[in-house]
Amino acid sequence: MISRHTDNALMPELMATKNLTVGYGRQILFENLNLTLRAGELVCFMGPNGAGKSTLIRTIGGLHKPLSGASYLSHKLSGGMERNVALVLTDPVRDINMTAAEIVAFGRYPYLGWDVRLQDEDQQLVDDALAQVHISDLAGRKLHELSDGQLQMVMIAKALAQDTPLIILDEPTAHLDLNNRVEIMRLLHRLAREMRKAILIATHELDLALQTADVIWLTGTKKNIIIGIPEDLVLDGSFDETFAFKGFDLKTGRVQHEKYQPTSIILSGEGYYYLWTKNALERNGYAVSAEGTGFRVSLSPDRIKMQWGTEDGKSFTTLSSLLAHLKTV
Amino acid sequence: MIPTRWISLLVLLAGLFLADISLGSVDIPLRDVIAILFGQPAQEPIWTNIILDFRLTKAITCVLAGAALSISGLLMQTLFRNPLAGPDVLGLSSGASLAVSLVYMGYSLGFALFSISNSWAVALAASVGSTAIFLIVLAISSRVKNNASLLIVGLMIGAGTSSVVSVLQFLSSAEDLQTYMIWTFGSLGSLSWPEIQVLAGILLVGATVAFSSIKSLNAWLLGTNYAQGLGINIKKARLVIIIATSILTGGVTAFCGPIAFVGLAVPHLIKLLFKTQNHKVLVPTVMVGGAILLLFCDILTQLPGSGQVLPINAMTALIGAPVVIWVILRTRMT
Repeated sequence: MISRHTDNALMPELMATKNLTVGYGRQILFENLNLTLRAGELVCFMGPNGAGKSTLIRTIGGLHKPLSGASYLSHKLSGGMERNVALVLTDPVRDINMTAAEIVAFGRYPYLGWDVRLQDEDQQLVDDALAQVHISDLAGRKLHELSDGQLQMVMIAKALAQDTPLIILDEPTAHLDLNNRVEIMRLLHRLAREMRKAILIATHELDLALQTADVIWLTGTKKNIIIGIPEDLVLDGSFDETFAFKGFDLKTGRVQHEKYQPTSIILSGEGYYYLWTKNALERNGYAVSAEGTGFRVSLSPDRIKMQWGTEDGKSFTTLSSLLAHLKTV
Repeated sequence: MIPTRWISLLVLLAGLFLADISLGSVDIPLRDVIAILFGQPAQEPIWTNIILDFRLTKAITCVLAGAALSISGLLMQTLFRNPLAGPDVLGLSSGASLAVSLVYMGYSLGFALFSISNSWAVALAASVGSTAIFLIVLAISSRVKNNASLLIVGLMIGAGTSSVVSVLQFLSSAEDLQTYMIWTFGSLGSLSWPEIQVLAGILLVGATVAFSSIKSLNAWLLGTNYAQGLGINIKKARLVIIIATSILTGGVTAFCGPIAFVGLAVPHLIKLLFKTQNHKVLVPTVMVGGAILLLFCDILTQLPGSGQVLPINAMTALIGAPVVIWVILRTRMT
């Protein structure tokens, strides 16, 4: 296993695995893993679909038996798994005829007796959890009345009410729209920072993980896991190896386009207008560069709005009209 | 809100209990019924006999059997996470029937399962039969994720056991056959006091298990993975629930025959009334609800005329079948 220095190395360890081997029956998915989860650290566990992310996460979370090796809670933590690790899974819960608050109250179950009576303190923790994820106003709603994003927030609130130092989440942003995905990742990042929780997220959301994770666990090609901070793994090509990108350049964060137009464009200008102009040209198959030979296009900021000028003396106020003109050149 | 509903439920139970005792082929005034229940002498000495030895045993049987079947249905619906699970639908009653038919008709086939076919033997056989079917259904349910498929599996198991029973019927003597046939109609009035004690004991065990499993049952609603994450011992909870359900279904089936639909329908009617999935509320209310429904059905069996009493199974099906259709219309069957 390749281990790299992470700048959070001084944070207290909450959980560690020792020579953990994970899989089903004879099928080994990961072998001899030595991983650590630290307080205050957000770890994104990434890899292509079908790499066994869920299986590893469930093994660490105590739902699966490892094939060999083990995962350990820090000796400083007391109580069983249920009082130290809260889970947010992909199992469907929508059809349960309960309110959001009732679901969040499940988080208190590890602390309740057979008659599941909530004490004032438990009720307070449920309310706090709802407030933490900003869904206090949804407390009385039935689950089937909630959107997918709100439902995921309820499950995260359940995990918070469980009041554990570790939270493990399996694909928490799957099937959500961009807004909800961003909101959930920011929330988890904030919880790690403010509440000093160790948070492990299995996800294949590359863009969001790269911007929020403190540490990335990347599924390797030899049943191993590559560990590092996001930027290091991008720059050393680990991501390219794992994901085997087809037409996506991670270092620039852009989709690669075939250059099929005969003319190349020499584009001058700056700022985000420049970037979006380049985007439009490349998507339409033009090779774009800053200098050299080719058809010249320049950005000329007007006082009111942007104008695009071309070397044959025309000017345009929208990119679509510019593109239409370029086709006639 | 909930206390009012609780009170109305208990008032309904008391009212129906009294009505069930008051109604029958012999007209006994309500005043005398109450007097007899409180140990006072009645106008006619024979009335005391009728009330205490026939009608009271029947009404108590209704309460015990209704409560037992309903808890059993609730446990199964939660365990399978399937709104249409129930002791009869999934073939447990068929399993118990098969076992009981072996006891009743085994002689004709040249073997005796028990040396005497007393009620204890029948109760034991019925429990073993329903447990065996439960284990088969549980094994299959882990492979089919789909609600409808599981129900079809239950129906097929029912069909399979029925055909074995048919073979037994064909081979057995007319006398044994008749005993068995009468048993299948369902009967609430034939229990002696010692048998009622056994049934009460079975209900006590089942109810105790259900109450002590409230936490697991609630957590089970989230699915087994979440439940395990909340500290529930899944294997232990599942085993306990299976044993309780089998004993409850087996016991009632043995003494009262295969009474259909009560276990399936009552949890839905209670959930409709109390609008909750919390088993802390459901377990006790479902018990009371089951008692109410079976008392009500028993009263209906006596109404048509004075002389004849209809089989209880005809009445429970009449009420239960529409509930099933309603549940199917209401839930997405996926």
